[in-house]
Amino acid sequence: MAEVTYLEAIRQGLFEEMERDPSVFCMGEDIGAYGGAFKVTEGLLDRFGAERVIDTPISETGFVGAAAGAAHMGMRPVCEMQFIDFVSSAYSILTNYVATARYRAFLPCPMVVRGPSGGYVRGGPFHSQNPEAAFLHTPGLKIVYPATASDAKGLIKSAVRDDDCVLFFEHKYLYRRVKEELPQGDHVVPIGKARLAREGRDLSIITYAATVWKALEAAEQLEKDDGLSVEVLDLRTLLPMDDEAIVATVKKTNRALIVHEDTVTGGIAGEITARINELAFEWLDAPVRRVAAHDVPLPYAPQLEDFVLPQTADIVRAARWLAAY
Amino acid sequence: MAVTSALATDSAARAGLSRDQLLELYYWMRLTRSLEERLVNLYRQTKVVGGLFRSLGQEACAVGSAYALSREDVLSPLIRNLGSMLVKGATPLEVLRQYMAKGDSPTRGRELNIHFGDVEDRNFVGQISHLGDMVPVMAGVTLTFRMRKEPRVGLVYVGDGATSTGAFHEGINFAAVQRCPLVVVVENNRYAYSTPTAKQCAAERLADKAAGYGIPGVRADGNDVIATYQVTRDAVARARRGEGVTLVELMTYRRKGHAEHDNQSYVPAGEIERWARENDPLDRYVQRLTGSEGVAPSELEALDARVLAEIDEATDVAERSPPPEPRDCLVGVYADPPEAPALWYREGIRSAVDRHERPASWGTHDG
Repeated sequence: MAEVTYLEAIRQGLFEEMERDPSVFCMGEDIGAYGGAFKVTEGLLDRFGAERVIDTPISETGFVGAAAGAAHMGMRPVCEMQFIDFVSSAYSILTNYVATARYRAFLPCPMVVRGPSGGYVRGGPFHSQNPEAAFLHTPGLKIVYPATASDAKGLIKSAVRDDDCVLFFEHKYLYRRVKEELPQGDHVVPIGKARLAREGRDLSIITYAATVWKALEAAEQLEKDDGLSVEVLDLRTLLPMDDEAIVATVKKTNRALIVHEDTVTGGIAGEITARINELAFEWLDAPVRRVAAHDVPLPYAPQLEDFVLPQTADIVRAARWLAAY
Repeated sequence: MAVTSALATDSAARAGLSRDQLLELYYWMRLTRSLEERLVNLYRQTKVVGGLFRSLGQEACAVGSAYALSREDVLSPLIRNLGSMLVKGATPLEVLRQYMAKGDSPTRGRELNIHFGDVEDRNFVGQISHLGDMVPVMAGVTLTFRMRKEPRVGLVYVGDGATSTGAFHEGINFAAVQRCPLVVVVENNRYAYSTPTAKQCAAERLADKAAGYGIPGVRADGNDVIATYQVTRDAVARARRGEGVTLVELMTYRRKGHAEHDNQSYVPAGEIERWARENDPLDRYVQRLTGSEGVAPSELEALDARVLAEIDEATDVAERSPPPEPRDCLVGVYADPPEAPALWYREGIRSAVDRHERPASWGTHDG
């Protein structure tokens, strides 16, 4: 069976859900005839028509709000942010209207907001962001950020079927770089469950999205050069967070390194650290450490971007520090 | 682009309404005003635990426009649209329980005032405080009607202030491009909190904004309930025919402050009194009913008595309603999980209320 890219996996997931459920439809900028800036929605217009693949005006508040209204009426809209950086333009309506709808007004709001995220692609400050932490603090939203093609497909299908709003982050560095054979049939990955990407005994790296691959690379190197057995936990879902999996890996290795591509201050690593502190403090043999991006807007030049973002060498260095503690 | 004025509509015409319908309009306007007066009493008794928002002087605007909708049409009210919600089926009991934060209020004590909805049966949507946001939401509600070929229409209210927001622009533009069956009603009551419309927008007529979206904009006297009904009815009919969005500007005046606490010091002397004396929508309508329509004053008095009896009865029931169960606050953020766990230090304690903590002690507590 052929290998499928992360990007193609998302398209397959969307295609299958639109085939399965006529209430699913897509909205976004340039997603119809053009197929989206990264071609995630290519082919959807031909198959499902302009009523279900809607090219919108440049108005993230407008079409995210419209998605909420349609969702109240029983539809299941999927909104594409051309780049996830632009989700901040819909921040108010997502956090104030969408996230509260069920609680304050018993209005169902089953919708997905998805888009290309992340750096390592020389995209500069407005085409490289990882704004997931900005939404972690909002009860009522769910946040998913897959690292593999299989999870990308299984989670987009779960997101479409979820009865609440799911923010679906897609890492654009992974779009065409990771591929694998996908499970046959209706492949669905549950929201809220982490994945053990690599088993180990000495140290746990807790991460998600593109840095899962950097963590795996680091783990290989640490095994080869240092004889360290490193476990890698891929969170996959950030909200709700899989506390059980986090605690299990900490209890197993007693050392935790949290890695993410987003900036360090106020990043999700801080929340994970707090949870480990509250739930597994007595199991720790070393302080929890973080490897994340420097607290600066992401610069464009390769020399600058590579310095700002976490690299495999950073993870290796931090892991050695932790192992030696 | 035709920007017409409905100010000069033939005031002798009943807009096709029967005598019973004319009296019904009176009933809704009177109910709106009297219910708010009752809420003022309850507010002064501290039984309304939050703010109180009045629509005094805007009853014709709210009632006349909502009266143009059918039951299956969806209405999105704003804070001065108590009258619209009553027309759409909200009950005084719901409103009283909601203001008094009762456990059996429409939102089970989660939301304030008239922030509640029902999209299952009566079809009005619970609003949020962020002005303009309901326009894109209603664009999506009505997009669904168009996609499913349902003959339903949506109506969304905004104030003069909300026309300055990005959400208003994005929502009405989206709806116009998609030819959604949506009526956008701008209730121009001359003030957004304390800011007069001239400081909100340099355009003299907010209805003129319609031209920029390629849709018709019409303006009507919002204190004339029949004119309000008529202009909205035409926009609703246009939407139902599949011709898309209409922007309706209703000219009115906010005679009370933004909320009950607001002393309106920013209003020029005499302005409120002049509107009350010369352009009260209920006074104007009573004159018309007892004049050209030949309704006996006793008939209106009977309706007034009915309104008061209904409010008295609803107040009694609402006052006896229980407060919410504190732990219900953890239910229903998500469909799954259905309930959030209580934080560990709250185990064994029902709520801060059990400990008689009051915000009033903040800063004054001496340990």
